[in-house]
Parts: sequence; structure tokens; C-alpha cells
Amino acid sequence: MSDITRNTTSEPVAGQSNLVRQLARRVQAQWRSIIVFLPYAWLLVFFLLPFFIVAKISLAEIVIASPPFSNMIEWTDEGVMNIRLVFDNFVYILTDNLYYRTYFNSLKISIISTIVCLLIGYPMAYGIVRSGPVAKRLLLFAVILPFWTSFLLRVYAWMGLLADQGTINNLLIWLGLIDEPLRMLYTEFAVYIGIVYTYLPFMILPLYANMERLDNTLNEAAADLGSRPVNTFFKVTLPLTVPGIIAGSLLVFIPATGEYVIPDLLGGGNVLMIGRLLFNEFSANTDWPVASAVAIVLLVLLVLPMTIYQYFQGKAAEEQ
Amino acid sequence: MYGKRSRFLSVMLAIGLAFFYIPMILLVIYSFNYSKLVPVWGGWSLRWYGVLFESEEVWNAVALSLQIAFVNATFATLLGTLAGLAMVRFGRFRGRTLFGGMLVAPLVMPEVITGLSLLVLFITLKQWIGWPAERGFTTITIAHITFSLAYVAVIVQARLTGMGQTLEEAALDLGAKPFKVLTAITIPRLAPGMISGWLLAFTLSLDDLVIASFVTGPGANTLPILIFSRIRLGLRPDINALATIIILFVAVCVAIAALLMFYQQRRQELDQQIADRGGA
Repeated sequence: MSDITRNTTSEPVAGQSNLVRQLARRVQAQWRSIIVFLPYAWLLVFFLLPFFIVAKISLAEIVIASPPFSNMIEWTDEGVMNIRLVFDNFVYILTDNLYYRTYFNSLKISIISTIVCLLIGYPMAYGIVRSGPVAKRLLLFAVILPFWTSFLLRVYAWMGLLADQGTINNLLIWLGLIDEPLRMLYTEFAVYIGIVYTYLPFMILPLYANMERLDNTLNEAAADLGSRPVNTFFKVTLPLTVPGIIAGSLLVFIPATGEYVIPDLLGGGNVLMIGRLLFNEFSANTDWPVASAVAIVLLVLLVLPMTIYQYFQGKAAEEQ
Repeated sequence: MYGKRSRFLSVMLAIGLAFFYIPMILLVIYSFNYSKLVPVWGGWSLRWYGVLFESEEVWNAVALSLQIAFVNATFATLLGTLAGLAMVRFGRFRGRTLFGGMLVAPLVMPEVITGLSLLVLFITLKQWIGWPAERGFTTITIAHITFSLAYVAVIVQARLTGMGQTLEEAALDLGAKPFKVLTAITIPRLAPGMISGWLLAFTLSLDDLVIASFVTGPGANTLPILIFSRIRLGLRPDINALATIIILFVAVCVAIAALLMFYQQRRQELDQQIADRGGA
């Protein structure tokens, strides 16, 4: 250390290059650790640490202060550490009718949406796989393109379609099928449409990736042995695409459960979903401890599907 | 695998694509509507584009969003590439399981949870060390880097796995130092993956509403925050105009990227054919 200081004072230019050289040598020796360290440290501070803080706040009480929650650890004058854990927030969430119903409704909406996505997405993915090389490329492009355009604006597009004075009602009235506009916007039906519309590409792409690797000779063998196409599909193709079905379903189910924008814009105040409740608990009521507890319970609900997804991703990576 | 596409599959594809595109086409058509009420047709007009361009609020939001997206994409690509390298090329190291978990979790974490936990972190940090003094550009950018780097890492890992290690091994056999191999061979070959990662990170940042809403502060409105605050109250013709501009811009960019990738792939296939013929 003193060596460097002496050099910099007497010969600034040579000293600096010496310092740079030393630094370069150190980088050369330690570069592997540096490569791991930077993203590792970033994720520890900005991804993992926040969860511990949320968990901590979920065990606190709301107080009128900034920030509006009580301290978990307090030192008394005698130097005794007091740890206060308040489980009231969790008891409140798990017994309160509103929260209970909201969690249940979120799960119901995301499970039904996932099934609808699967029923639409599976034949679409299969259709893409069975297209010629050029058509395949174009169809894939058509499925991915909406994914790159703004999510918010795609939801907004459905507001225009579903509104009381919207395109669908105008069309139905013009055709003489209805006299009064149907109430579609701000209903649960609109939320289903929004979720299926937004997350359908997430179902199609993993299914496509899975089906693309299937071996067509299996189908041919089944046909040669006298199996009808429908029978072949259920006995050969469907079982082989189970990994794609699981990956696609989880990619729809997990984000749909915590969805905020779609229930807010398309469901209005009429559809209970946990993401929206959490956001409102936080911004409108500023009840941080309860909001944190809501987040922890949601996380616990989703840990199992998230782990399954990671497991399958890991297995798929190993197979490659 | 490809074989015959049955009529049922073709019909499902047609319905699915119509479902994808009709809402967006209608959104674009209604942006040229003169009427103030979006669904009531009042004749073709560019009126709402004029209204949009006069709004300083919109321009400020666009500028802020683009700045955040640019800084985010650059940092996320850097960190995501390092993370991908570590995961694919470094074998076992201490804490690899935790690292791998933290790299995948942001991809599937519900946005409300990520947003809430980051806001809580920023507030706690301010109490502890006085930073960040106020929320806005910096906090949104940090939040975006945190989830974007995971996406970049996925792309980089896929590219690294696909590349194989033969060239690197050859260089090492010829006496190159590992660090030299990294900078002279691995990184340049990784460049296409890094570019895709950068573009994805840029788009993800421009698109994010929920996380930005949590970690933003007074006055810092990104474009999605501005759009959301307006459409919450109902349909607005100027938002249709803005949507049209965004959709056309994205479509053109994606089409160019797709064409470039298509030609690059064709060239690689040709090179491969030439190489095969030369070898035989």
C-alpha cells in the first residue's frame, strides 16, 4: 500500500500505470470470483433481502409513524433485547371473510383461465408444429408479436370491445340479436377474457417447444399398426407432451394468481383478486403489516407451483 | 416433427390468431375516430394524434421510460451475462444452488410481491443509510434491473449451452490463458445472445406498470403509469392514438429483428453446407 502512495506522489504517470497494472493482475487472478460476485451480490441485496424485510414487517403492528409499523426488536434501558412478534395480521387474514374469499376467488379464476388457455393453446401449438417450414416460422412470429407489444394496451383494447357502448355490443345491437347492451366490462367474464388473451402465448410457446422435439415415426408406427388418428393422439402424443402442458400451465397459473392490472381494468371493483387487494391495502389504506402478510400468504400458496416449475426447467436443461 | 395438419388444427389456429389480432386492429382503427366517445364513430380524423403530441406530460413520460429502459437494459445485460457465464461455465461453486434459485425466481414471481418487497427495501435502506433519498428514476431502474437480469441470464445460458465448448478447449490446448479465452472467444460468440437479452430487457422495462408503480415517487411517471392513470377512468381516444404509435413501432422493430435473424440463420446454414462439402 505504502509502495503505491510513494509512487503516485513522485511519479504520477508511472505510478498510475503501475496501479492499473496491479489492478489488472488482480482482475486476471480473481476474474472468476468477480464474475460470480457482481450478479450474486445484486440478487442478494435486491431480491433476497427484501423478502426478509417483508416477512419482518408482516410480524409487526401498524402504528402512526414513518414508516408505519412497529419495531420487531427493541432495546430497553437495561440493555435487554425485546423481540415482539405479532401474529395478528396472519390471524386476521386467515379468519377474515374478505381475504379468505379473495384468495379462493383468485385461485378459482387462475385455474379456470389456465384450463381455457390449455384448451385453446394446445391445438394451436400442435397446428404450428404440423405446418410447413415457412408457415411455421410465420405462425410462431404471429404468436410472439403480441408478447412484445404493451401488455397494458392489450388489456385496454378489450375495454373498448367489452364496454356497454363498446364494439361487441354495438355489433350485436346492429345485427338485431339484442336490444339492450350486455353488461360485460367490469364483470368476472371480462377478467377471464383478459387473462386468457394476455397469457395464451405463455401456454403456446412451451407446448410448441415440447412438441417440436417429438418423433413423428412413433405416430407413423401407430398408424401402421392400425391405430386411428384420435386413438394415436390420446395414447402417444398427449402423454409425450405432458412436460409441455405442465410448463405452459404453470407459466399461466402463477402470474395469473397475483394479477393486478387485469382485475383492476376489466373487473373494476366487482372482482376480488388478491393482487388487487394487496395493491390497494398498500396504497390506499397504507396498512403495511397487513399488506406484507397478504404477500407472504400469497407467496406460500405459490411456492409449490414455483418449485415444480423450477424442477421441470432444471430437468429440461439437463436433457439438452 | 411435421406431418399433415388436420382441418381442426387449421381452424383452431385461425380462431386463435383472430382472437390475438382483432382487438388490436380495432384499437388502431378507433384511434382515427373524430368522436370524443371512443366507440361512437364520428368519421376519420387525426385529431387525437394532435392532442397527444401537444401533451407535455406524455412527452415527459416517454422520455423517462426510455431513459430507464436504456440504463436498465445495459446493466441487466452486463449482470445477466456474468450470471449466465457463472452458471454454465464455472462448474460447481459455493452457493450455486441459491444463485440458480435467485436467477429463476424473478421470472415467475408475481409482480405485486416483487414490487412490494423492493419498495419496503428502499424505505428500510433510507432509514439505515439515507439512500435512496427519494424514489423515482434510480429506484425504478434498480427494480427493473433485478428482474431483467434474470431474463438475460436465461437467454445467455441457452446460447452458451448451444455453442458448445470445443473452440474454447482448442484455444486452451494451444496455450491461451482462461481469461484471454473468455474475452477473445466466448464473449464475441455470445454477442448475439447478449443483443437479444438487451432488447428483451429494454422491452420488459418499457412494459412494466406494477413494479414501477410500487417503487416510484412523487412526480416520476413512466409511460405505463401515465397510461394506467388515464384508462382507469374509462376509454380515451388519445390513448388509442398512443397505442397505435406504440404498436406500429414495435411491429416494425420486431419485423426488422426477425428478418435479420432469418438472414443470419440462412447464412449460417449456407456456411455449414459449404463446410460440409469442403470436408467431404
